[in-house]
Amino acid sequence: MKLIISAQNSSLESQVDSRFGRSPWLLLFDTETSQWEAFQNPGVTQSGGAGVAAAQFVVDQDADVVISGDFGPNASRAFQASKTEMRLFIESTTTVQEAVDQYKNDQLSKFK
Amino acid sequence: MQIAVASGKGGTGKTTIATSLALSLASLAKVRYFDCDVEAPNGHLFLKPEFSESTPANIWIPQIQTEKCTACGRCVEVCQFHALAQVGKNILVFPQLCHGCGSCTWNCPENAIVEVPNPIGTLDRGMAMENVEFLRGQLTISEPMATPIIRRLKKLEQPSPDTIDIYDAPPGASCSVVETLRGVDFALLVTEPTPFGLHDLKQMLGILSDMNIPSGIVINRDGIGDDSLKDVLRESNIPILLRVPFDRALAENLATGRTLVEVYPNYRDILREVYQRITEIIGGKIQ
Amino acid sequence: MNAQNCRAKQLIILSGKGGTGKTSISAAFAHLNAVRINSHPMVFVDADVDAANLSLVLQPDNLHPKEFWGGSLAEIDPEKCINCGACSPVCRYDAIFPDPNNDQVQWVDPIACDGCAACVYACPVDAISMIRQQEGNWFQSKTSFGWLFHAELFPGRENSGKLVTLIKQQARLFAEDTQSQCVVIDGPPGIGCPVISACAGTDLGLLVTEPSLMGLHDLKRVLGTLRHFHVPAVICINKADIYPEGTKAIREFAAMEGIEVIGEIPYDEDIPRSMIEGKPFTLLFPDSSAGRAIQHVWEKTIRLLQLEEE
Repeated sequence: MKLIISAQNSSLESQVDSRFGRSPWLLLFDTETSQWEAFQNPGVTQSGGAGVAAAQFVVDQDADVVISGDFGPNASRAFQASKTEMRLFIESTTTVQEAVDQYKNDQLSKFK
Repeated sequence: MQIAVASGKGGTGKTTIATSLALSLASLAKVRYFDCDVEAPNGHLFLKPEFSESTPANIWIPQIQTEKCTACGRCVEVCQFHALAQVGKNILVFPQLCHGCGSCTWNCPENAIVEVPNPIGTLDRGMAMENVEFLRGQLTISEPMATPIIRRLKKLEQPSPDTIDIYDAPPGASCSVVETLRGVDFALLVTEPTPFGLHDLKQMLGILSDMNIPSGIVINRDGIGDDSLKDVLRESNIPILLRVPFDRALAENLATGRTLVEVYPNYRDILREVYQRITEIIGGKIQ
Repeated sequence: MNAQNCRAKQLIILSGKGGTGKTSISAAFAHLNAVRINSHPMVFVDADVDAANLSLVLQPDNLHPKEFWGGSLAEIDPEKCINCGACSPVCRYDAIFPDPNNDQVQWVDPIACDGCAACVYACPVDAISMIRQQEGNWFQSKTSFGWLFHAELFPGRENSGKLVTLIKQQARLFAEDTQSQCVVIDGPPGIGCPVISACAGTDLGLLVTEPSLMGLHDLKRVLGTLRHFHVPAVICINKADIYPEGTKAIREFAAMEGIEVIGEIPYDEDIPRSMIEGKPFTLLFPDSSAGRAIQHVWEKTIRLLQLEEE
């Protein structure tokens, strides 16, 4: 499963960031290989349409699941079309690694 | 003749002055009042027009014809505003991000995009008191972009040497104000003698200098503040064309929708003199 | 510390109509928070980026500008342009015409250009490029009443919404880092994109209105905006005694809509005077009728935001 998680920095120990379109980093994690990669969020530098830019990136990565604190209407529409699963952080989610583990334990709720 | 009434700071009295200016000049020429504050238009509360026509203000947004679309992604690539996204073989359109520029449509190699109207507001016309023609744009609540409506509003009428067009600008100093000011002969700046008024006025002077539009000042609520305005204006050579003293009784009347010239009819002559001075300033510029 | 609990509350102060007193009230709030018993830090944002006045009253020291790069504008290279005329018909903003200094080439008016790049793709000789623009500066400033995030958009620019989003985000991250209780956002007039950016994701909207036909008309519009973006709202009526019938009309409207009016502030000519002194009104005139009314609005607001100590 390919997961994408919005984060404040570029490692697995980084704090997660709750705003999908504007989080500085998007971390890609493959649960089968445990390989991961950090990407600067293309939404951050956009004048408008941050959610769309970030969502387009996620779709282009062929991610199965995207995990964040909230998804705006544009990003959620894009993910509904691409059938990318949207999941939300829970109260105790602090780092990217935690978000990965919580996803694996099915602790994260689905968006809307 | 095209005169914009602007300010920088909100609430200084643009609409108060613009509407009474329109009424005062109605005896000199055909006057058209354009309410360009499309986010929060107030001119109708003073001029009380009878509306005769309301048309949707549209921007043209892309509609993908799926039978022709090959999902090449060219439209997504050229869109500068992320109003298009590609999800597998589908192209999604995000209307609220779309600027209506048409670039995706021109660039589609399969001619698979047609443009359809997306209403973001209305354009309304009517007749107000004293034969003043009243035109306004109104942005639909939740739509972000005011500028396309202002552009369409101004294009409703061709400028003519026999008319006086008054453009009541929005507050602030960003793109919607610039759109209102484009092509006008003169900007009448309504300010108040406070640090806020002065600060925002300086932003306006910056714009007007870039756009090479002559201007003059109306100091409204004169007396509530201080004189620091005078020094700034002396340096920049912008004439003070009128001072309206702060007057609580006037404020109470304006709150009910009575116009300045209704409360103090002598302002008709005063505003006609302001217009006279504007024509002199512009005449001097052409020389 | 975790992602959800860290989140500071966000208050947005709007009006619809300009000049109703948002900034004077925001400045008073900054002062009242600073002198509160058990005061907790709050972060202030001036989201009226093209007419930013809050700093004139809160008087930050040491302004270090950070650049704001917004969108891009098209520029035609006169060396490459062959004057074929392919570009101007595709421009819907009337931004392309013969260069005033050289009518053998075309020129893009930067004031009119929308940044859509249609001309870039139309040009057969690649003579047009999109050039990123610095459109303003933003600041993270220390004031004697707390931290202020503010900005100055260069006159006439677009992307005010993006700049508002930027300073809000910076303020939010700073609030989380410093465990501040609340971010207070002094909003712009109107209902368009800078207002939408300012109110997005906020917890409470305080609508500052005035008792005139214009005030009520614009109040209705901005309330519609807050509702559309699911932000709960309350109203306070400034200059309430100028036109008592107007105040009554606002109260009737509010009652019909189920919106609470949390205070009425009488007109006070010392408010512009405090602007001139560059100090919050409640600092200079705490015992005036208007000062006490603002204090009351402040107390109700923090209660609504659930920021009270036990």
